[in-house]
Amino acid sequence: MYVSTARNSDLAAGVRLSHRGGRVAANVVALGAVSMVTDISSEMITAILPAYLMLGLGLSPLGVGLVNALYGGLSGAVRLIGGHLADRSNRRKAIAGAGYALSALCKPALLAVGASVAGISAVIGIDRIGKGLRTAPRDALISLSSTEGSLGAAFGVHRAMDTLGALSGPLVAFLVLWVAPGRYDAVFVSSFCIALAALVILALFVRDHREPLAHKAASLRAATRLLRHKPFTATFAVACLLGLATIGDSFVYLLLQRELDIALAYFPLLPLGTNAVYLVLAFPLGRLADRIGRWNVFALGTVALSGTYLLLLTAPSGWPLLAGTLTLYGIFYAATDGVLMAIAAPQIDDLLRTSGLALVQTATVTAAAGSSVAFGAAWAWAGPDAALAVAAAAAATTGLLAWNLRSTATSRPDRT
Amino acid sequence: MAANRWRLVAGAACVLVLLAAAVTYVVRASHQVRSAGPGPAANATGSPAAGLGADEGAPATALFDGSDAIVFVDNHPGLEYGRLSAVSRADPGGPRRRSDIRCDRAYAAAGRIVCLRETNDFVGDHEALIMDRELQVLSSYPLAGMPSRARLSSDGTIAAWTVFVTGDSYTTGTFSTRTSILDLRTGRLESNLEKFSIALGGKPYRAADVNIWGVTVAADDRTFYATLATGSRTYLVKGDLAARSLTTLRQNVECPSLSPDGTRIAFKKRVSEDASGRPWRLHVLDLATMTETPLAETRNYDDQALWLDNDTVAYGLLTGQPDQIGVHDLWTVPASGGGTPARLLDFGSSPALAPALTPAPTPTPPPAPAT
Repeated sequence: MYVSTARNSDLAAGVRLSHRGGRVAANVVALGAVSMVTDISSEMITAILPAYLMLGLGLSPLGVGLVNALYGGLSGAVRLIGGHLADRSNRRKAIAGAGYALSALCKPALLAVGASVAGISAVIGIDRIGKGLRTAPRDALISLSSTEGSLGAAFGVHRAMDTLGALSGPLVAFLVLWVAPGRYDAVFVSSFCIALAALVILALFVRDHREPLAHKAASLRAATRLLRHKPFTATFAVACLLGLATIGDSFVYLLLQRELDIALAYFPLLPLGTNAVYLVLAFPLGRLADRIGRWNVFALGTVALSGTYLLLLTAPSGWPLLAGTLTLYGIFYAATDGVLMAIAAPQIDDLLRTSGLALVQTATVTAAAGSSVAFGAAWAWAGPDAALAVAAAAAATTGLLAWNLRSTATSRPDRT
Repeated sequence: MAANRWRLVAGAACVLVLLAAAVTYVVRASHQVRSAGPGPAANATGSPAAGLGADEGAPATALFDGSDAIVFVDNHPGLEYGRLSAVSRADPGGPRRRSDIRCDRAYAAAGRIVCLRETNDFVGDHEALIMDRELQVLSSYPLAGMPSRARLSSDGTIAAWTVFVTGDSYTTGTFSTRTSILDLRTGRLESNLEKFSIALGGKPYRAADVNIWGVTVAADDRTFYATLATGSRTYLVKGDLAARSLTTLRQNVECPSLSPDGTRIAFKKRVSEDASGRPWRLHVLDLATMTETPLAETRNYDDQALWLDNDTVAYGLLTGQPDQIGVHDLWTVPASGGGTPARLLDFGSSPALAPALTPAPTPTPPPAPAT
């Protein structure tokens, strides 16, 4: 099996992306390709699902939307379970693969359940489970395939490829519907084929990382003990705070859209603008994080988030608001999402890498879900301005904390 | 090295086969769409030139003319799907006059038509068209999302529409609505009714999650009714276009439709939390007594009903055939709560009533309320 020689050959086959920065391992690029192709597939569905439900099936999306809200918590729990299973079984690629396969199967399943709202909700739920399952093992594989000095760049490359897929998905879906008007089934079938292609790339080109002596070390108790290791605890706390400072994409775009009433028809383009900035900056900021310190770049990201809220709060009119908000929000993503993983990964023993990363991700996602609900309540209670001011302060606090951590060692504890 | 090369070749071959399968399926679907003719409707002739009955004054190109007509969106699977059409009120199963205009949702009243549709420029980009009965476009407005509901006041001077804003679903999978009201006399567009002042249970109210949909306009062209949703509850609201205000009247009322005499509202009431079953049932609410009556339609109903007269409401219902996605028939049911549903016509959605035109070709504004 080629698996046994994995790490050395990865580094040997590394892709040289810069003169001064580290190499990004071939395995990271392969994982990036899997994510990119998977995102094309899943964003094809996301882009047309409302139209399919409404115009295709004649269902009211509001009813479906209510059901969707339940899945946030489910995804967090699955993430933790998936992380633990991956470490314990020592088969990160297999667990990630199961997650990708589950989501792939959801594409024909969505078509098969027809106009049953319960069926559609169940399939969307299974898709979320697949996503929850694969994220932590994938990020663990990225970190285990990279040298410590190039983690920022590695996650940057991966997130950029991921975002490129997310940007292309809707375009592919619209292309299919343009060629075959009204044939949503063609979108589902081609999305399924593309998801299978991602599985092929995963199976053939991504190498697993198996740690010797894994089973005993990767107990649940060991995983919870991670939180007693100071640097990791600090990272975990910052991840929670970051989540609390995140009001959610829909609120950002909703607020933006309210300020810019002119551009009604262009509402769907707002996330595209943010993602375009994310795509362009993910790798440069990741590499910058490797060079000037990851906490510094992370702090920059929280400043950008705070700036996003302040722009929405002070609301200068027209294009400056639009360009400024989308740029700052894109910088926030590019400077925090992958960088946080690059900060956390070296603080976690290889044997517990997946569980540890799952903990950090779940903290952020869960806190963000709660924060979004709280923001909605604060809006109703005190108005959007007060709610935004609090969120901006929370983001700034997160940034201060991150900046204070800039000198802490990123090394993991000695394996005992 | 040999293993590596084998992997590369096998991987590339698999990916190519999968892509070829995808492309083949899409191309086949494309051919099927383009070669599909009118559906197997028994009683529709499919002749666009078929007249609607005697009419002296109207030009030959008018979609509806001198006699009472039902204007609707044709739902025949295939090329007829989505075409704005009309049939005689006296003979709904008779010949259809089909236009070349495709609408996702439409409404007609007093010589005016509002049509919500996908633009010709870009897939997923929608617009509202205001047309006269000869289908001349008078004005158009960009829409923030997918068409849901469209209405005109009975004299054709106030247009209202609701769309689903889908931009935020890109990442979250949630939906919100946006409802606009247009005064055709002045061209004034209220692009977002959520900006109106809201009184909920008598108290001023504001929240980020407010959604409004399904407007019906009263005869004074100033009062209207709609659905307001916040915090997972829905309310019937009475709106004042001039005062820019919304007042909640009652809970659990969606997609209201005001009767011709202005005394009752047909609406969909959520009767089951189980979204997979039949969550809504068509009801009628008496505005004077606030008593509601369930109508005889018990199948899965999701539409904004149309009053054909003071005793009968019409609505679209999915055919439910597995091979007919998004295909509706039009039905009627007595507004009293008695009787049984009756089929109005096959393969149609978005019903509207275009009464016989009296000599005045353009809508005459009523005594204008102060604005």
